Amino acid sequence: MAENRKKIAVLSGKGGTGKTLVSVNLAATAGNSTYIDCDVEEPNGHLFFKPEICREYSVTVPIPVVDQESCDGCRICSDFCRFNALAYVKDKLLVFEEVCHSCGGCVLLCPQKALKEKEKPVGTVKEGFSGSVLVRSGILNVGEASGVPVIQRLLELPELEESRDGPIFIDCPPGSACIVMESIKDADFCLLVAEPTMFGVHNLNMVWELVRVFKKPFGVVLNKCMRQEQNPAETFCLEKKIPVLGRIPFDPEWGRLNAEGRIVAREKEECQRLFASLLETLMREGETV
Amino acid sequence: MKQILILSGKGGTGKTTVAASFIRLAKAKVFADCDVDAPNLHLLFPQKEEPQKNLFFGLPKAKIDTTLCTSCDLCRQHCRFSAISKDGNGYHVDPFACEGCAVCGALCPVGAVSFEEAPGGDLFLYCGEGVTFSTATLRMGSGASGKLVSEVKQQIKEASKKAALVIVDGSPGIGCPVIASLSGADLVLIVAEPSLSGISDMERIIKTAGIFGTKIAVCVNKYDTHMENTEHIKRLCEGLQIPFAGVIPYDPEVLRAVNEGRTIVEKDCPAGRAVLEIFEKTIPLVLGECVV
Repeated sequence: MAENRKKIAVLSGKGGTGKTLVSVNLAATAGNSTYIDCDVEEPNGHLFFKPEICREYSVTVPIPVVDQESCDGCRICSDFCRFNALAYVKDKLLVFEEVCHSCGGCVLLCPQKALKEKEKPVGTVKEGFSGSVLVRSGILNVGEASGVPVIQRLLELPELEESRDGPIFIDCPPGSACIVMESIKDADFCLLVAEPTMFGVHNLNMVWELVRVFKKPFGVVLNKCMRQEQNPAETFCLEKKIPVLGRIPFDPEWGRLNAEGRIVAREKEECQRLFASLLETLMREGETV
Repeated sequence: MKQILILSGKGGTGKTTVAASFIRLAKAKVFADCDVDAPNLHLLFPQKEEPQKNLFFGLPKAKIDTTLCTSCDLCRQHCRFSAISKDGNGYHVDPFACEGCAVCGALCPVGAVSFEEAPGGDLFLYCGEGVTFSTATLRMGSGASGKLVSEVKQQIKEASKKAALVIVDGSPGIGCPVIASLSGADLVLIVAEPSLSGISDMERIIKTAGIFGTKIAVCVNKYDTHMENTEHIKRLCEGLQIPFAGVIPYDPEVLRAVNEGRTIVEKDCPAGRAVLEIFEKTIPLVLGECVV
């Protein structure tokens, strides 16, 4: 990816605050942009962009396979494995693929060279265009525990076109665990989406801590804002002196379009204006860093 | 003892709202919050007593003693997690990237790598007024959320034996924390949302729970925000022979209840009444008094 393109990660801690809404609409408004869906457990961005898929990659991780003939039962591998992915039971070395972290230690340490590695598919990366937006989604296979390898692949793939010069939006998974850290690692800016509930505030507090640990510049966009209601997220931002970069109103009509997988900014002028102004603010925020 | 686990696939569909209501309605004595990277259940059940606090340790993380290190580079070359880097001051381990696999330690020819215990989370166990409530918070930069979820459930294991019903609030997604929370669950109640995203996510969590052979029921939150999609979810459930436990309307009282730190069933409102109906339909599914 071109070095000068701004990478903006969109995250929230709590699920369902509107990460996908914000990143999809920003990418659509920006144009010539890239949208990367790192919520590989539950990817939804493609439902909005409906891209024509032009490239597909399988994501694999190395998993040990045993040559039972060569294995002499020394148990060095099973004693070493910190993840308990190997056990020597009834004269046979067993591999528990689902708990293996692919560290490669067992293969390195086996004195008999009885272990090799095979590539095990854990997910897929799909790439395609929606208008001028390059859409890249990662999909973790159902039953797999870790999305990290899929996210790594998503973020390291080269661009389809060198000429692309718009910003890159990274739609992150909920929470604040390893998959979120992996997603924001190379981001230039973190946009935190907050909803007006105590739950939202509590989880916003957690990702706020996360972006500070990673020393990322950040700002908040308040979603589902209601005129007559208190907004605990706004109060929190005021107290903590967190910059509020935009406000998205609670609008049943927008909600309905969004529920149907439509990109509201492409259909409602008012929404388009809102995201254009948020985008402008974001690009400026990037520059001051 | 029977255990109901509330999941959703998609985040923010109302897992905690439903879980908290179920706890109130069932007068559950034992419950847990397994959403360790964004726990919220404790906000609705403020406990008078101080919790028992326990530290959760993930795998010890590598540390390189630069005074012993001979810069042979073996550790950096073999670290699959790109956790080891070199700068002007020698070799360093990035504690966020290190997964504690210990390959570097096994390869180092001069014993410069040691392993340090690093707290990965904080476990809380509330035992007061006959209630046992287990929850935890994952620490920033710690990866082992699945293991922490298992510990949360471990904390209520003893108390669960005496309880008729245990309610567990789960996390979004389909990955390790969700898989860890599925173990021991007798019924997964999925809180779906009538949006294209919500449906796609629901289908993936149904498949995940299916792999582990856990019984499933589905309810739809904010069903009236998109009737066609709600109908679609009902038909999907019919097709998969999954019991449909009911629907909850969009109700501004839900937001108010949350912000007051109360469960929705404590208010006389449409959403509260709907959750009660879902509860009455769900309980027989898990206690097996009748078959739907």
